[in-house]
Amino acid sequence: MKPPPFSYHDPATVSEAVELLATLDNAKLLAGGQSLMAMLNMRYAQPDHVIDLNRVEGLSYIRATGDGLEIGAMTRQRDVEFSNDVRRLCPLLNEAMPLVGHRQTRNRGTFGGSLAHFDSSAEIPTVCAGLDAVLRVAGPRGEREIAFKDFPAGYLSTSLELDEVLVSVRLPAWGAGHGFGFEEFARRHGDFAIVSAAALLEAGTDGRITRASLTLGGIGSAPVRVAQAEAALMGEPGSVETFAAAAEMARGIDAHEDIHAPAAYRQHLAVVLSRRALEKAWSRVEGN
Amino acid sequence: MSEKRRVSLAVNGTAYEETIETRLTLADFLRHQLGLTGTHLGCEHGVCGACTVLVDGYSVRSCLMLAVQAGGSDITTVEGIAPSKDELHPLQEAFRDNHGLQCGFCTPGMLTTLVEFLRDNPSPTERDVREAISGNLCRCTGYQGIVDAALDAAQRLKGQDRTAGPDGGESP
Amino acid sequence: MSRAVFGESVKRIEDPELLRGEARFIDDISIPSMLEAALVRSPHAHAEIRGIDAAAALELPGVHAVLTLDDLRPYLLTEFLVVGLPSPSYKQERNRPVLAGDEVVYVGEPIAMVIAEDRYIAEDAAQLVEVDYDLLPAAADCRDALADGAPTVHKDAKDNLLAEFSMGYGDIDAAFGKAAHIYSEHITQHRGGSHSIECRGAVAVHDPGTDQLTLWVSSQMPHSTLRVLVDMLGRDENQMRVVTPDIGGGFGPKLVVYQEDVAVSVAAIKLGRPVKWIEDRREHFIATTQERDQYWEVEVAVDEDARILGLRGSIVHDHGAYTARGINLPQNSAESLPGPYEVPAFRMNTKLALTNKVPVTPVRGAGHPQAAFTIERLMDRIARELGLDRTEVRRRNLIQAQDMPYTRPLKTRGGVAVVLDSGDYPRSQKDTLERAGWDQFPARQLAAREEGRYIGIGLANFVKGTGRGPFEQVTVRIGTSGRVHVYTGGTAIGQGTKTMLAQIVAEQLGGDMGNVTVTTGDTAATALGIGTSNSRLAVTAGTSAHVAAGKVREKALKIAAHVLDSPVEDLEFDGAEIHVKDRPGRIANVGVKLGELAHAMAGTPGYSLPGGMGPGLEATEHVILDSKAFASGTAVAEVEVDIETGGVVILNYVLAHDCGRIINPMLVDGQAIGGTAHGIGNALYEWMGYDENGQPLTTNLADYLLVTATEMPRIDLLHHCSPSPLNPLGVKGVGECGVVPAPGAIISAVEDALTPFGVHIDRAPISPPEIVALIEQGRERS
Repeated sequence: MKPPPFSYHDPATVSEAVELLATLDNAKLLAGGQSLMAMLNMRYAQPDHVIDLNRVEGLSYIRATGDGLEIGAMTRQRDVEFSNDVRRLCPLLNEAMPLVGHRQTRNRGTFGGSLAHFDSSAEIPTVCAGLDAVLRVAGPRGEREIAFKDFPAGYLSTSLELDEVLVSVRLPAWGAGHGFGFEEFARRHGDFAIVSAAALLEAGTDGRITRASLTLGGIGSAPVRVAQAEAALMGEPGSVETFAAAAEMARGIDAHEDIHAPAAYRQHLAVVLSRRALEKAWSRVEGN
Repeated sequence: MSEKRRVSLAVNGTAYEETIETRLTLADFLRHQLGLTGTHLGCEHGVCGACTVLVDGYSVRSCLMLAVQAGGSDITTVEGIAPSKDELHPLQEAFRDNHGLQCGFCTPGMLTTLVEFLRDNPSPTERDVREAISGNLCRCTGYQGIVDAALDAAQRLKGQDRTAGPDGGESP
Repeated sequence: MSRAVFGESVKRIEDPELLRGEARFIDDISIPSMLEAALVRSPHAHAEIRGIDAAAALELPGVHAVLTLDDLRPYLLTEFLVVGLPSPSYKQERNRPVLAGDEVVYVGEPIAMVIAEDRYIAEDAAQLVEVDYDLLPAAADCRDALADGAPTVHKDAKDNLLAEFSMGYGDIDAAFGKAAHIYSEHITQHRGGSHSIECRGAVAVHDPGTDQLTLWVSSQMPHSTLRVLVDMLGRDENQMRVVTPDIGGGFGPKLVVYQEDVAVSVAAIKLGRPVKWIEDRREHFIATTQERDQYWEVEVAVDEDARILGLRGSIVHDHGAYTARGINLPQNSAESLPGPYEVPAFRMNTKLALTNKVPVTPVRGAGHPQAAFTIERLMDRIARELGLDRTEVRRRNLIQAQDMPYTRPLKTRGGVAVVLDSGDYPRSQKDTLERAGWDQFPARQLAAREEGRYIGIGLANFVKGTGRGPFEQVTVRIGTSGRVHVYTGGTAIGQGTKTMLAQIVAEQLGGDMGNVTVTTGDTAATALGIGTSNSRLAVTAGTSAHVAAGKVREKALKIAAHVLDSPVEDLEFDGAEIHVKDRPGRIANVGVKLGELAHAMAGTPGYSLPGGMGPGLEATEHVILDSKAFASGTAVAEVEVDIETGGVVILNYVLAHDCGRIINPMLVDGQAIGGTAHGIGNALYEWMGYDENGQPLTTNLADYLLVTATEMPRIDLLHHCSPSPLNPLGVKGVGECGVVPAPGAIISAVEDALTPFGVHIDRAPISPPEIVALIEQGRERS
């Protein structure tokens, strides 16, 4: 299991990377390499060119902005995991990060790499879906932003054009005192989740839910927001019954089947984990 | 096809200037080009952890990195853990005393992973240790001896000046 | 004073090199001008090969050869690896060709060997080899394979029945005729691969000057590899050497001689360059033998008191496409079904089905875990049906200590009587239950249920025949350096063989572990060798080492007595010398170094040997031990089941085991715990999946789940010691013991946790989706 032959490029700037992408045929971007390198070793991927982003300047940072966080695409998952800004402004992401692979893969793997690879059972895309992340990409036509809801384009594929590079991700912060909960079921610690659920809740002073986000990972080709549940939660008091009813709305979501689990089991987990994530989020809503 | 690059890097404190095939993995470079065969390949798809080395103080899977990417880096392999030819590192001693290895094939990855872990977590719980090595497969030991060794090593390392440890990386 | 080392947790002599990264595993061997190989393997479970076009591959710079069967034939007396253990029950002879000829019968079967400057180029070229296939229907499921009209695994076969055999004793019909109750179970069992963290590998070097072939191979059985090479290459033993480097785990499949071992050897001869082949993990999934499926139909007859009267049934066993070892695996399964229990009448029929999958051979436990699982499932069934505690049913049926040795009217594959040589099974169960807090469990369970948590407890008893004979060769030699050298045909695969043998030898030869070296698995070091399997080395090699060391000790003392002019009784070994014991009135520490004795016995031209003794200071032994030493024990598992996700967490696990006298407690613990980890995998995680066309589905370590540190509970061990009367050390094997009871205990515990849902589990492993489905079915029933 050795990588196939390819030409290696290590641009120093985003524009160089974009230019290489635009001019080279069958090129593949290499970020942290925690998925791509395995695919190269197994020769599932056989690019003619590998464009390594690791020496590109200015893609590794975590920045608190007025309304949330901005994370450079090449920021190591480890840095996200241990970031105080992430803990403070996006505690949902902070909670999910230790579940991303293992220490060794988080040390090398990047935040943007996980998004661009886009395994639907990965934690980072699921959290980004729940937070309505906005992805900034650079291409030969300049930069553009992609709302997360427009990002998925099928199994392991995104709306990034072949000549575009993901450069950063904006994560809008939720209000102070919001509740968050990330729940997943994986066969072993560090495995990709069979299903994961990410919940965010805000409540008014009357104890009624004023804002809700519920996302499922691992169930289909991309993380799915359970819009029906989110709508149903609005204005409701946080209670066991409320969350059970909302979670039940996840059952109808189309689920895929693979060697790890049949679709019906994924749908079942979707309900269970949605309820658990919502209850956990609610327990953290300030003032509860 | 056999595209090559000239790369400078340090491995276990020795500086190297090497011509490297660009598609060569870091693991194969260490093993076959530098002859540091202590780093083992158990899966070559980033699951077993046997090939773990420290790159600038951080554990990474050397099968999931190209050697050219290590240019300018300071790498520590299992061969670089012991303080001298005659002594073992306290973690290595603890592995021996607690039967933390049987066939020894996963051991280099376990050691490098735990060198970083104990540096960053000097007073771990058993659960912490188990999570730290959850990305390293061992088929022989059932992990118990490894966990005991790591906990034992934490105690031993506390008795030492930590800055004298194998690498000087910062705690997160 | 001589230091006692036998029975002590002395540190392993293997460790320092392994810890420093200085050990030498197969892929660490590098020889000048060495080439590397990659295999072209079948992507189809069954196909005819129309042609192989290697032209494009050969054009690639750095490629030296693409070898097919036609290229190897001139170097071979036979193209088949004939390795099947003898048995009268074979219906078909199915030996693996070294490379596929005109038919491939499993995904992963080697077709061509590409040899290039390095592995990268070899893999590039392997991709370029074009094989023209004509697809044939495949037999994937072993039950379907035996059905009338099933596609045949081999195109020239009339059916897929590889072998069939029956075994038993007692009047089984009478037993069932008089039974108060009869219960039947259909049990599905699956075990996966070995997944030693080091895969296989071989390096062959041929010196044309001397016509010597050396094969380094990561094998549990180098001597049998040599014999196969003699048979196939038509070369003499003295033209070949097979040697094992450090081995990164074996677990069974490395006892098999493989096609690649032979192909690499031929390639080195043909090309005149050293050739290395290192198996990668994907190859390990498809090309290394594995265990797989067994389907059991069993019936137990019991009296009113839940005492077993008879046990009968059948097994369908997935054999894979070829015979890479024999019928031994299902033979073990059937033979060991009665386990530690009194079974007055017994009858099992076993069918081995060929399938279009990689051959099946033993993995740690070798069929015994399946038998233990089956009998323990039956025990739980009897308990449930009769409203008895699960422990009570077992207690009533366990063979009693006073009945040891207990002869079961069965014969092993070699025709030796099955005699449970020693043990106190009731005590094992009793002590384990006590340690696990079995009697207090209902209170724990109740408290947990009040919190909405579902916990359960389960147990399993086991026996495991160990130390399979007939012998293992050991030479003990004191060199003129004064060092004690031990050579064995057994191989060291991580179990601490070198330390174990050094302890046994040092015990008699000075007590200094540092003065003993051990060489394992080298056909140049011992003329004979069986190798490593079946938890056999402590018993077989240990006994030979013990006897050989005793002879060397006796001789050394006699020579020392002659040299020191002192009676033998007054002498003692101390490290690397023998001296006069320190006694009142005597001058102490008058001694002679072992090296001096060895020098004296090496002979000097024209001078007589001292004391009129024969030359040399060494002994070679192969103590014959035909009967197996039966280790035994009990496991209790306490688990929590998340009834919503089907996730199982093992909260507590107690393993009592009895491997007779313990040579090194630390090593025994390591074996018992490591074996348990494998057993936990068999109960809850490991599944080697294939689709209906024989395509493997789980070919990476992200899909095939090995237990990691976070799933593994801390194992609480209890040691019992019933010395084996069969060998002078009183030892039994331990390597496989932990595996055997684990699925039985864990599945019993899961079932217990799910009692409120009336869940009954008839398979191992069991996955979270299956558990959730069983709970739902239970809810629907109630």
